Amino acid sequence: MEQLSVRDIHHVIAAARSFREISARSIKKVPTLRGKTIVNLFFEPSTRTRTSFEIAAKRMSADTFNIAASTSSATKGETLIDTARNIEAMNPDIIIIRHSCSGAPQLLARHIGASIINAGDGAHEHPSQGLLDIMTILDHKQDLAGLKIAIIGDIAHSRVAVSDILGFTKLGATVCVAGPATFIPAAVDQLGARVCGSVDEAIEDADVVMALRIQKERQNDPLIPSLREYSICYGINRRRLAKAKPDVLVMHPGPINRGVELSPDVADGPSSVILQQVNNGVAVRMALLYLVMGGEKSGDAQGDI
Amino acid sequence: MSELIILQNGRVIDPMNQTDAIADIWVEDGRIAAPQTTAPEGACRYDLAGRWVLPGLIDIHVHLREPGQEYKETIATGTMAAAAGGFTAVACMPNTRPVNDNAAVTRYILDKAADCVARVYPVGALSRDSQGLELAEYGEMKEAGVVALTDDGMPVADSQLMRRAMEYASSHGMPVISHSEELSLSRNGSMNEGAVSTRLGLRGIPTAAESIMVYREIALAELTGARVHIAHVSCEASLALIRLAKQRGVKITAETAPHYFALTDAAVDGYNTHAKMNPPLRSEADRLAIRAALADGTLDAIATDHAPHSVLEKDVEFNYAANGIVGLETSLPLALSLVHDGIITAGRMVDLMSCAPARILGVPGGRLAPGDPADITVVDPDRPFVFAAGESRSKGRNTPFDGWQFRGKAVLTIMNGRVTFNDL
Repeated sequence: MEQLSVRDIHHVIAAARSFREISARSIKKVPTLRGKTIVNLFFEPSTRTRTSFEIAAKRMSADTFNIAASTSSATKGETLIDTARNIEAMNPDIIIIRHSCSGAPQLLARHIGASIINAGDGAHEHPSQGLLDIMTILDHKQDLAGLKIAIIGDIAHSRVAVSDILGFTKLGATVCVAGPATFIPAAVDQLGARVCGSVDEAIEDADVVMALRIQKERQNDPLIPSLREYSICYGINRRRLAKAKPDVLVMHPGPINRGVELSPDVADGPSSVILQQVNNGVAVRMALLYLVMGGEKSGDAQGDI
Repeated sequence: MSELIILQNGRVIDPMNQTDAIADIWVEDGRIAAPQTTAPEGACRYDLAGRWVLPGLIDIHVHLREPGQEYKETIATGTMAAAAGGFTAVACMPNTRPVNDNAAVTRYILDKAADCVARVYPVGALSRDSQGLELAEYGEMKEAGVVALTDDGMPVADSQLMRRAMEYASSHGMPVISHSEELSLSRNGSMNEGAVSTRLGLRGIPTAAESIMVYREIALAELTGARVHIAHVSCEASLALIRLAKQRGVKITAETAPHYFALTDAAVDGYNTHAKMNPPLRSEADRLAIRAALADGTLDAIATDHAPHSVLEKDVEFNYAANGIVGLETSLPLALSLVHDGIITAGRMVDLMSCAPARILGVPGGRLAPGDPADITVVDPDRPFVFAAGESRSKGRNTPFDGWQFRGKAVLTIMNGRVTFNDL
């Protein structure tokens, strides 16, 4: 998201809108990427992002292959670069990578020629998620400029948060982040976010409230005493949401810990656009694949999204 | 027949003898000799007009990797890089394989170093196998040639062990060198904590991870009266503590590395593993504080923390990349930039890179007096120089300074009366 200009973002979303209609057809397939080979190289477990990319590729008639770290050579001590070079030798057109290390996609892009799409790297970025979040907001709001968007939760360990903050602020929104101080990364204001002292302050008059998943599996780092206390102090429930604008959108990158960061009535309530995010995810990823392969913008720099 | 080298017309900068003047230096039979009115025939003469003639530079923080990791560096290649960078002596850290925690390993290192182009002063391990559990045998190691003690990159977590190490080291007349790092704060971190780490999504290491331990070492130095040397200071918070401790008369000295006054954590951008080291590159405020501390005496020495790695350790995901960069061939050019920028004088640079290092380790050198072993560095302060990592004498190519344009470099290095590097 850091590399994308405002124009790029609108360009992707315009393309995604045109592709969204394909998924609503009875025959959900176009020949746009016929004969193209797309590799999903996932070094971290992911169901929804991988599936979303796979569905996007298949709806455009590309051939897709999934390589999960557990079945790849990574466990045999092969380096990331060697793994990628081996895959590259089989001439894929696009490699979609998910990795637990921030910067892994950049490392690949420096060493191989195939186009790389970042499907989430460490705590760095998750650009396709950021784009689908923007698309979802724009389905309901004219413009991001002037909106107040609250992001609540574990900002410090969230790649979604970074992509969202960068993307939302590029389009002119005010992004307020809130959560316990253990979840707020150093100097996050320099990314463009405003740090709020409380969830209530962040949510007050917000146009969008984004809750982030609380990772239960962070060992050796006592970030919060318990999920129970988190949900009491920082969870988004109907009472807290009442402070937001009446037409507030509730979003979540999934998967939700119901009753922790979002109360069930909010997650399923009228303000929730969570499933729309998932739906838009396929369209955004179709657009990314198309644009990365597409005649107008192909190859190196642009390929590294 | 004795061999005579005459260094003519250079600017001799020798702070320990309060000398900064154009003069000739004679080298005879490996030692500095008093210039005579007439020189015998057959003397080897170097006209050094416009050059600086300095006591040989000493780098007190170098990893030579031998024994055990010869694919990264050997004592031979490391000392060649040292000579090319203007160094006549280096102190090598004990984190070899096996660890230099006993006299046999020390003797092995010195044996290998005997024919090399720089003096090698081994630093012994503070604890057995640097495990931080029990003291290593300082007496025997000193006998074998060890000059100081440290567990360097395996920081001593146990304060009681550190106290005992200081006490026992002082009994043997050696300083303890502290790599000051509170591991529980730095754990899993891979760069400085700040705006850049947040943007890159990399776990940060706060400056407090360093300064907390710097304060512990100061407190223990005060308690024990031992001599403590703080390695590679990277941040303002540590400097403030060291400055106050020195005012109180604590026997503490400190070094920084060139990258801490030349670079900030912005260099990590793009996940550049050649900007990954421990302690990490810090903020601009820290960088400026380091420069000021080099000038005001809070920092005593510049040492490189020369840490050669192969591509195997560096061409990987940032989180997995090894810490450290090579530094022997860029240290002097970077220090010269401080002189050119008016931060320090040439004499102060000599103090930081030769006199103080000799003093801290209690080894010869740091001055140019007749009768001393002839360890001499000749510097052309204005020679344009582009550093090419690919042409380095070191086996390591891991440097953020590849392709940097410098003004000034070492052009002639003499160790024990022998020319070990000549780029005149």
